[in-house]
Amino acid sequence: MKAHQRTRRWARALPAYIVLSLLAVIMLFPFVWMISSSLKDVTQIYQLKLFPERPTLDNYRYILFSTSTKFPHWFLNSLIVAVSTTVSVLFFDSLVGYTLAKFRFPGKKIIFLLIISTLMIPTEMLVIPWYAMIRAMKWVNTYWAIMFPGMISAFGVFLMRQFMSTIPDDLIDAARVDGLGELRIFLTVVLPLVAPALATLAIFNFIGNWNAFLWPLIAASKPAMFTLPVGLANFSGEAGSDWHYIMTGAAVAMAPLILVFLIFQKQIVKGIAMTGLKG
Amino acid sequence: MKLSTKRSVTAYLFLALPLVFFLCVRLGPMLYMLAMSFTNWGLLRRTVKFIGFKNYEVLFTDPVFLQSLSNTARYAVFGAPIVILLSLGIALLLDSIPKGKGIYRLIYVLPYITPVVAVSWVWRWMYQPPPLGIIDGVLGALGLPAGEFLNSPTQALPSILAVNVWVEMGYCTIIFLAGLQTIPKEISEAAKIDGASDRQVLRRVTLPLLMPITFFLMVMEGIQFLRIFTQVYNMSMQATGGPLNSTKSAALYIYQKAFTNFEMARAASASAVLFVIIMVVTILQIRFFDKRVNY
Repeated sequence: MKAHQRTRRWARALPAYIVLSLLAVIMLFPFVWMISSSLKDVTQIYQLKLFPERPTLDNYRYILFSTSTKFPHWFLNSLIVAVSTTVSVLFFDSLVGYTLAKFRFPGKKIIFLLIISTLMIPTEMLVIPWYAMIRAMKWVNTYWAIMFPGMISAFGVFLMRQFMSTIPDDLIDAARVDGLGELRIFLTVVLPLVAPALATLAIFNFIGNWNAFLWPLIAASKPAMFTLPVGLANFSGEAGSDWHYIMTGAAVAMAPLILVFLIFQKQIVKGIAMTGLKG
Repeated sequence: MKLSTKRSVTAYLFLALPLVFFLCVRLGPMLYMLAMSFTNWGLLRRTVKFIGFKNYEVLFTDPVFLQSLSNTARYAVFGAPIVILLSLGIALLLDSIPKGKGIYRLIYVLPYITPVVAVSWVWRWMYQPPPLGIIDGVLGALGLPAGEFLNSPTQALPSILAVNVWVEMGYCTIIFLAGLQTIPKEISEAAKIDGASDRQVLRRVTLPLLMPITFFLMVMEGIQFLRIFTQVYNMSMQATGGPLNSTKSAALYIYQKAFTNFEMARAASASAVLFVIIMVVTILQIRFFDKRVNY
C-alpha cells in the first residue's frame, strides 16, 4: 500500500520533472556552449558542434598568458576592488547597523530614514556627479575612484540592523559591566554573534562588486585600470569575429564566480530568499 | 557626563564617517545633479549659467530620447510580468515534486550570479546569423526560418529582453519558492478535505497568500528593467543601442549624452526624468497592490 502510494506520487510528478528538466537544459545551455566554443580553434569555431573534434586549450593560453591581452591584470583589479569594498562594507555596515539597533540617541530615526532613502537613488543618476567629483579630485584611473561609491552599502545597513536587533541587550550590558570599551564590545562580543549574517553580506557584496559594470566603465579610462567586466566588454568589442577568444574571455570572467557560487550555494540561496521575504 | 549623553556621543562617533559618506556620495550628488539639470553645465565649459527648463524642453523634442523612453517602457512592461509569471509557474512546479528541488533551483539561479557582461557576449554569440549562430543553426535543423535577432530593428529588443528574463528568473523563483514554503500545508489540506480541487486550492488559497511576494517582486523587477543598461551596451552594435536606436534604453541614452557627447547638463536632465519615472511607477504599484493585498 505504502509503496503503491509512493509510485503514484512519483507518476503524478513526472510531467513536472520533464518540464523542469527541459528548462534546466535551456538555463545551462549558454554556459555549455560558451565552454565548448572556448575549446575550439579558429578553424572549428564556426562548426556548430557541441563537442569539438580537436579540443584545445590554446585560447586559454592566449587569454591568460599572451602579452597582447591584459586579462590577468583585469582579474587582479577586480579582485582588489571586490575584496576591499567587501571588507569595508562588512565593517561599516555592521557598525552602523549595530548603532541603529542597540543605541538610544536623539535623531536616530531620521538617520535611519536618511540612509534607507538612499536605496531609492539609482546608480544611473549618480555616475555623472561622481565623475565630476573624481575629475575634480584627480582620482581618475585609481582604484579608489572605482571603489569609493561601494565602500558602504545602505542595503547592508538595513540587513545588519535587522540581525543586530536580535542580540540580547543583557549580553552587551554584561560586557559593559566588565569594563570593556564600546568599540571592543562591538568587535569582540557583537560581531561573532552575527557571523552568519556577515557571511551572507560578504558573498552578495563580493558578487555585486565583481559584476559591477556602469561605474567601473566610467571611472577607468586606462586599460590597465579596467576591471574584468569592463576589460571583457572592451576586448570583445575590438575582437571582431574572434569569437573563440571572446568566449574564452567570458569563461575566465565567470570562473571565480562559479567557484564562489559552488562553495557558498546554500548561503546564496538562503540570502536571496531572505531579502525577498524581508522586503 | 550623564550615562545617556555618553552613549549618544558614542553612537554619533560610530555613525560619523558613514553619515559623511551617505551625504557626500549619495544624497549630495543627487541634489547636485538635479540642480545642474537647470544649467548649461558641460565638462569643457568654464562658467555655469542657470537656464531654467531649457534642457528639459530640448530633451522632450529629441526623437532619440523619446525613442529611448518608449524602449525602456517596453523592456519594463513586457519584461517584469514575463519574469514574474514564468518564475511563479516554475516555483509551483518545484514545490510539487518530491525530490530534487535543490539541484533545479541551483541551475536556475546560475545566470543571476554570473557577470552580465560575460553572459551578454555569450548570448550575442548564440544570436549570430547563420552559419555562425547556434540558435539559427538549431532553427535551420528543425526546418524553421532563421531569425535576425540582434541585427533586426524589430527583433533586437525582444532578443535582449529575453536574456534579461533568463537572468532574473532564478532570483524570482527562489523568492517564490521560499514564500510557498512558508504557507502551512494544513491550510491547503483543510481546503482539500472540504472538497476543493487542486485548481481551487491554487486560485483561492495559494495565489492570494503569495500576493505580498508577487507585489514585492513586481516592484523590484520593474525597477530592474527600467534601469536596463549593461545588456544593451554589450549586445547592441558598437554599444550604441542599435540597430537604429531600437534597443537604446534611457540609461544608455544618459550614458552616451554624458560620456560620449559630454553634454553633462542634458544628461543630468535625462536622468532626473528617469528617476521620476522609476519613483512614479514604484508608488503607483504600491498603491495598486495595497488595495489588493489582503490577508
